[in-house]
Amino acid sequence: MTDDTPQKVRFYQTGTHTVGNRLMDEAARTVQASPDRSNAITSGHRACQGCGEALGARYALDAAMRASGGRMVAVNATGCLEVFTTPSPESSWQIAWLHSVFGNAPAVATGVAAAMRMRGKTDVRVVAQGGDGGTTDIGFGCLSGMFERNDDVLYICYDNEAYMNTGVQRSSATPPAARTATTQAIGPHPGNIFGTGKNMPRIAMAHNIPYVATASVADLHDLEAKVTRAMSIGGARYIHIFVPCPLGWGSASHDTVKLARLAVESGLFPLFEAEHGEVTAVKKIRHQVPVEDYLRPQGRFRHLFREGHEDRPTIEAIQRMADANIRRYGLVEEDAA
Amino acid sequence: MLRQIEGSQGIAEAVALCRPQVVCAYPITPQTHIVEGVGAMVKDGRLTNCEFINVESEFAAMSVAIGASAAGARAYTATASQGLLFMAEAVYNAAGLGLPIVMTVGNRAIGAPINIWNDHSDSMALKDAGWIQLYAETNQEAADLHIIAFRLAEELSCPVMVCVDGFILTHAFERIDTPTQAQVDAFLPPFSPVQMLDPDDPYSIGAMVGPEAFTEVRYLAHQKQVDALEVIPRVAAEFQAAFGREAGGLLRSYRVDGAETVLVALGSINGTIKDVVDAERAKGVSVGSVCIGSFRPFPLAELHDALAGAKRVVCIEKSLAPGLGGMLASNVRMAMRGLTTPVLTVIAGLGGRPITRTGLTEVIRAAGADALDDVTFLDLNRPAIEAQLTRSAGLRESGPIAENLLKALNPGLVRRVSPRKEAGQ
Repeated sequence: MTDDTPQKVRFYQTGTHTVGNRLMDEAARTVQASPDRSNAITSGHRACQGCGEALGARYALDAAMRASGGRMVAVNATGCLEVFTTPSPESSWQIAWLHSVFGNAPAVATGVAAAMRMRGKTDVRVVAQGGDGGTTDIGFGCLSGMFERNDDVLYICYDNEAYMNTGVQRSSATPPAARTATTQAIGPHPGNIFGTGKNMPRIAMAHNIPYVATASVADLHDLEAKVTRAMSIGGARYIHIFVPCPLGWGSASHDTVKLARLAVESGLFPLFEAEHGEVTAVKKIRHQVPVEDYLRPQGRFRHLFREGHEDRPTIEAIQRMADANIRRYGLVEEDAA
Repeated sequence: MLRQIEGSQGIAEAVALCRPQVVCAYPITPQTHIVEGVGAMVKDGRLTNCEFINVESEFAAMSVAIGASAAGARAYTATASQGLLFMAEAVYNAAGLGLPIVMTVGNRAIGAPINIWNDHSDSMALKDAGWIQLYAETNQEAADLHIIAFRLAEELSCPVMVCVDGFILTHAFERIDTPTQAQVDAFLPPFSPVQMLDPDDPYSIGAMVGPEAFTEVRYLAHQKQVDALEVIPRVAAEFQAAFGREAGGLLRSYRVDGAETVLVALGSINGTIKDVVDAERAKGVSVGSVCIGSFRPFPLAELHDALAGAKRVVCIEKSLAPGLGGMLASNVRMAMRGLTTPVLTVIAGLGGRPITRTGLTEVIRAAGADALDDVTFLDLNRPAIEAQLTRSAGLRESGPIAENLLKALNPGLVRRVSPRKEAGQ
């Protein structure tokens, strides 16, 4: 059938910019759309409804699996992903998978990669993964060591901005003002402190490793493309994936992708790629939104929006963080800004 | 080949002969010369098909070894003291995963106060991590135990810790007979685990286990050590047949027949003990000794037999369980079922203090006269202790123990008074 009239692009989800997969070029379609798709984490696991980490991990690892032709091993830090996929005697993992302890996934992955080389299995790729606590806090030393040696490991951080597995305690990735079980929404300064922050992708870049990227479950094509790119490179690589957590954030489970998108569109979570310490690509914001749009639907920020007592100074301080990101990465087109 | 070499070099060469594939290193005194030696052999090509990885902490060292072993490579590392404690979580994890990693511990005290010299506080702290724990008596045995350790580890799917007295063995130059590669290859077959990380046969390793099966998993860890009680003597006998010298085994008795007093100890102090036993025997004193080679598994039955004829047992131990006395003695008492023999303990050699023949002779004499306390500290500076106890008796805020004791031992030091007390408050 031939039709010369240009096809009108239809948006499948109202209010999103998601283009239906069938309208995309075959090669650009998601791994998940393929009838013979790779399947690193099979269904039946115990993740919560609307879990951003489960979504991110499935897309990331399926893309890694496709890129390596299934010749891969995954190493997992302790955390939600580890617990909800492997309640013994069950396992959701269709790939070779190893969990040791909380803080050592990067070092364990280094050991796996070395063993594969020594056993002549040079085609086997190694992916290590952990949550923000396992990455920016307890696993930080091992991660920096793995980066600095440029070990042949792709490390993926699923960042839901707190220790969710233990019951939503603050991590060094928890944003200012957020309520967690250890930064309660009480007292004169409710929620988390305004610290200096701990920007893990930039710390990774400071190691001059071959590839660093940020990704979001709001843009799964972009996420898959970055994982695929990372898998085509040798040496130490880092991908930081933003994964909302309905339980920890006090958000509706159907809002996971929406919140992830608002984090990107507000400028709070910039999407970019960097090679050897230099930013090489930035994903522009299409429709900039104020941070308030992102903060308001989340229970962890509810204390900022009490009726008649809105905490404007705090909301403005968070807006300044988003504005700083927009300036630093040039997230908004000049004519749109 | 017989040579006069440093203990650490002998260990490094023995490890290299075992063809490790991944060796991870982090520096801590007194084990540094061992991994330096292995690293040099990798770098100059004497040890091939081996990756030497300089990591950022002991925790990472054990973690790299865990990943390497789980992926089917023969993995080795070495540590000591604070380093062993820093990697403690991963040490337990390696045993829980059943990974046959071999690790040397260059035994050293644990701080505070910081102390780099020898005692057994470090390996004793991790005695129940699920590792097989062997103690070397001599430099020759320290080297040989590593060859034995890889055999045991891979046969039992259990990690093995080879404990070597820091400085006393690691830094001493002694005669060591290094075997040939062909000898070691004949004794130690290549590593071929039944289960490993393999994309062709993907396993999930390290899953969560709940109350419904955790006890059974732990029971099997215990059973593995019980099985090791059979395997350790067999492998030691095979080693003796292949290499023509004794090494390893559960324990070695020395002149215990008819001995009224039997000393029990771990590691290099057994050399001095045997000299003292000979000297005392020559004078007609009824004394013998037992050198425990395997502390985990602990050879209860064999020790029971070795101590059955003794009137009293005296443990000479280089570690302290504050509030109890000695770990060795409390373990030895488990072996005395059905016997009423008193088991006394002498805490000796802490933080590198020399254990002398004179000191041991006094212990044997006091024991023979039934004048030895349940817990005795060898060569304790009593006046310094009394002075400190007297001084701190009236104070609620006594401050750090070590600094106070040093002040007492060095009266020249300026005595600092807290500002509050100076102000008369």
